Amino acid sequence: MNNVNIVNSLKLMGMGMVSIFVVIIVIYLIVNLMLRLTKEKR
Amino acid sequence: MEFLINGITQVTWQHFLMWIIGGVLIYLAIAKNLEPSLLLPMGFGAILVNIPMSGVLNQFLPGIGEVNGIIDWLFEVGIESSEMMPLLLFIGIGAMIDFGPLLANPRLLLFGAAAQFGIFATITVAAILGFSIADAASIGIIGAADGPTSILVSQVLKSNYIGPIAVAAYSYMALVPIIQPLAIKMCTTKHDRRIKMAYNPKSVTRKTRLLFPIAVTIIAGLVAPASISLVGFLMFGNLIRECGVLRSLSDTAQNDLVNLITLLLGITISASMKAETFITLQTFLIMGLGLLAFVFDTIAGVMFAKFMNLFLKEKINPMIGAAGISAFPMSSRVIQKMGLEADSQNHLLMHAVGANVSGQIASVIAGGVIIGLIPGFM
Repeated sequence: MNNVNIVNSLKLMGMGMVSIFVVIIVIYLIVNLMLRLTKEKR
Repeated sequence: MEFLINGITQVTWQHFLMWIIGGVLIYLAIAKNLEPSLLLPMGFGAILVNIPMSGVLNQFLPGIGEVNGIIDWLFEVGIESSEMMPLLLFIGIGAMIDFGPLLANPRLLLFGAAAQFGIFATITVAAILGFSIADAASIGIIGAADGPTSILVSQVLKSNYIGPIAVAAYSYMALVPIIQPLAIKMCTTKHDRRIKMAYNPKSVTRKTRLLFPIAVTIIAGLVAPASISLVGFLMFGNLIRECGVLRSLSDTAQNDLVNLITLLLGITISASMKAETFITLQTFLIMGLGLLAFVFDTIAGVMFAKFMNLFLKEKINPMIGAAGISAFPMSSRVIQKMGLEADSQNHLLMHAVGANVSGQIASVIAGGVIIGLIPGFM
């Protein structure tokens, strides 16, 4: 068992999940903005 | 006349075992209808490349020299040099996906992100089992529940296990209707599964549909540049679909392109299913880890939905979180079926489809993030 690899995999888990959530949250905000800006007036 | 028995005398038990594995893949494809478009070519390819002195592989012939084999060539050109095949497949996938249900309820995007946890949990388990960090990451990406992403990431990271990873990714994707209900029942009560959700979609204009693929490409490209080839090709396909002026290109991408690449991808992957590299203990471990990745994904999605429910007035059915994996549309169908089993009036399909297409986006972002992060750990 390689302890360095295990520690690295845990770091990767933290950094990876944060990165994915950051990208998705930015997309979420942009989508909401687009929905608001392109809303058709009745 | 000795040359007539040369091939027969060189057959080893490993070759024989690979023929059986190839036969099992063909059986699963035909008899059980499990991802037949991929498993059948892979199964037949496994037999092709495991015939001694197979002409489909590069080989050295006495008196002639190096002779190229078609499957090795396809692998070198189509996957190894530029990941062309999985990327082209993404254009077709993008053209097939309707992001409407997701755009109508954008908070479903979060479930796509949460369900990628299985990738990273599996990477840790693989590291504990002794795989290098690059191989562990390549194995973990099976949890993206997306065959082309798994092939692309394991190829970019120069993993030694691209064959078993591809087999695991496609096999478990086909087994989503069996794996997910078991995993969901492990972490939900019947009361959870009965939760009904009102469907009040926001109206989505054509402008939004057109801007969405461009915006996602720019955002993903800026925040996770390594994901740009994956996300970009997926979104390019979607823009062709949504633009409305390229109907014949959209049809070609959805049908001819996907069929052509799929036809070649399966048999090309078999280049990495040669007995000497495939029949190892690691292959069996990878098959187990792949299953674990799908289970972790499902549980993470469900738990994230339960976590969100702590803050929401209108509760989300936790099963929607499980649909955040990329296996589209199998996962959303599973959730709809389980919702109806819990309560015959509980229709969750549109919510599940939204989470499911979000999983498509999040899984390619996850692939790009891993490609971007791994060099820092090597």
